[in-house]
Amino acid sequence: MTISRPDAEQKDIGSRLRVSQQVAIEVIGMNKWFDNFHVLRDIDLTVYRGERIVICGPSGSGKSTLIRCMNRLEEHQQGSIIVDGTELTSNLKDISKVRSEIGMVFQSFNLFPHLTVMENLTLCPIWVRRMPQHEAEEVAMHFLEKVRIPEQANKYPGQLSGGQQQRVAIARSLCMKPRIMLFDEPTSALDPEMIKEVLDTMIELAEEGMTMLCVTHEMGFARQVANRIIFMDEGQIIEQNEPNEFFHNPRSDRTRQFLGQILGR
Amino acid sequence: MSDQGFVRTEMIPPRPPPVSQSSLTGWLKENLFYSVPSSVATLLTLVLFAWGVVSVLHWLVVPTWSAQSINECRSIVAELGRGISQSGACWGVIRDRGIQLMFGFYPAAGYWRPVLAFVLLLPALAPVLFAEKLPKRLRWFSLVYPFLMPWLLWGGSIWIPVGIMSGLVAGYLAYRITLGLNSLLCLAISSAVTLAWWVLVVPVLDELLTSLAPIALDPVPSRMFGGFMLSLTIGVVAIASSLPIGILLALGRKSDLILIKSLCVGFIEFIRGVPLITLLFVASTLLNIFLPPGTEFDIIMRVIIMATLFASAYMAEVIRGGLAALPRGQYEAASALGLSYWQAQRLVIMPQALKISIPGIVSVFISMFKDTTLVSIIGLLDPLGLTTSIRANQEWAGIVWELYGFIAILFFIVTYSMSRYSLYLERKLHREH
Repeated sequence: MTISRPDAEQKDIGSRLRVSQQVAIEVIGMNKWFDNFHVLRDIDLTVYRGERIVICGPSGSGKSTLIRCMNRLEEHQQGSIIVDGTELTSNLKDISKVRSEIGMVFQSFNLFPHLTVMENLTLCPIWVRRMPQHEAEEVAMHFLEKVRIPEQANKYPGQLSGGQQQRVAIARSLCMKPRIMLFDEPTSALDPEMIKEVLDTMIELAEEGMTMLCVTHEMGFARQVANRIIFMDEGQIIEQNEPNEFFHNPRSDRTRQFLGQILGR
Repeated sequence: MSDQGFVRTEMIPPRPPPVSQSSLTGWLKENLFYSVPSSVATLLTLVLFAWGVVSVLHWLVVPTWSAQSINECRSIVAELGRGISQSGACWGVIRDRGIQLMFGFYPAAGYWRPVLAFVLLLPALAPVLFAEKLPKRLRWFSLVYPFLMPWLLWGGSIWIPVGIMSGLVAGYLAYRITLGLNSLLCLAISSAVTLAWWVLVVPVLDELLTSLAPIALDPVPSRMFGGFMLSLTIGVVAIASSLPIGILLALGRKSDLILIKSLCVGFIEFIRGVPLITLLFVASTLLNIFLPPGTEFDIIMRVIIMATLFASAYMAEVIRGGLAALPRGQYEAASALGLSYWQAQRLVIMPQALKISIPGIVSVFISMFKDTTLVSIIGLLDPLGLTTSIRANQEWAGIVWELYGFIAILFFIVTYSMSRYSLYLERKLHREH
């Protein structure tokens, strides 16, 4: 019996499930510590263009930290992360180049409360992309229609419901025309009634072929949208597979236990 | 079991609130006359209040405006036959010395200059204070004003402020040209250009242009400055410069660069740990020891610098409070969207942090403005400094309330306007969240 090395298998699964040849993000032997706490351990992950990856796992397993490393909201201490051919180092120019290509959606929306919805959407295209204002507003309106709240353009974020705020946040990221979108538990702060409207928006985005990495506990969404599911625990990738296999035929005990908790079986 | 269930078939329509919530009589009855003791207390308070107002008016309204001395005032009041209390204000002192309380020993022919300088302050401030209501072109005037004001107050050739201004423009141009290089180098080059311009070009420029077009105002030395005008000059400059310096100090204190951080922390803690009086004494006496002999460093300028440093240390801490109140997510969202550090500060962080800190910022402004009266201790003749000499005068010896009351009102007008403006600003910037 041949013993397959776990990291070799881990790398292999990506190329088996990939939807294209182009690599979007490559994480090689990445380690991260918060002071003495080893949050991410030997992470190897290749994300191909057009992939919809769902990352799940218990809280404290490092899933958010992993995607936050990909646009360097967190700094990693070992290994390398290469986004679209640009390696993330402390070089500020590289970081801002990567950040302008990666959109990020947060659990707590993080809209700018002092600006209207329209201003939230046009701020960065104008200041980072140097887009003329009227053009930025056209783009913003296009994406507001896409997330189905064009009528809220002149309101302030505080006047919107949670679901609407999160859709504005998605539109705000899209206005920068990102090639990759990161979602950090986008529905965890929402009322059950509003989760659906946000998920619908994300599903539409996935159907358009956006490369997406999504940390979420919405297993229905994972099943419907993801082409690959990654299960993490204690800062390590425990298992990754395509959704059907992952849900029906989990290989590790830890995964089985987690699925049992979350799906109530 | 189904009969235990409940389904509402009709919604309850809204009803008007009870009378006590909606009418004045209802409110009075609810709050002021709800029982016998409360009615008695209300009436007693009204009587006390009325008595207070009448006695103050009684003191205020006296025909002593034309009196030439305190004795004349006293005889005018006595002639009124006011009986036992015999009290009444002596307004003659304000007629006699009011102008001096405003301008100090500024030459009378030049009174229009400080007046114009402070009247022009309003249009210069307006685009900053009421940004969205005014045309953007007015901002140019706000930029020119800091050079116009000292020229109006101190006089001299107009070409010196123009030269200083052009030095800044030259520095800015140098900055734009070298922008491609390393940002630190670029900053160094542009500051060097500005300094070189001031030292080398300005004297030549001044001489040349004065021979062509000698536009100048009579120079007024700093020792002739005084009165409320002096308080306003020190207060306005210190207030206006303490905000930007305070912002930089607050950001520096949060910086990751240890050198910058420790410099800022050291500065803030040192300045906050020392009384303003001490700093003013340093400005008035000690500083001369360190400067090369014979250098003339204007006393008002020295005081303004000390007052600015003092206010900006407090300002930095107030703004740091505002920065700390912002959720981390705001920084993260700004950087995740690709904004640079300074862009994020300017567009996302500062607008929110400053808004949170408005009450604190305005408190610093107000206390700074009132602290300008401390300059009387180092011998500058601000209104309080002038009262000493006025009260030492034979004619007005013994006058207290009228003088200090007049000064109090002057200060109150300015500080109260600042306080009202801050309330307006808070309302304007209020967003529902």
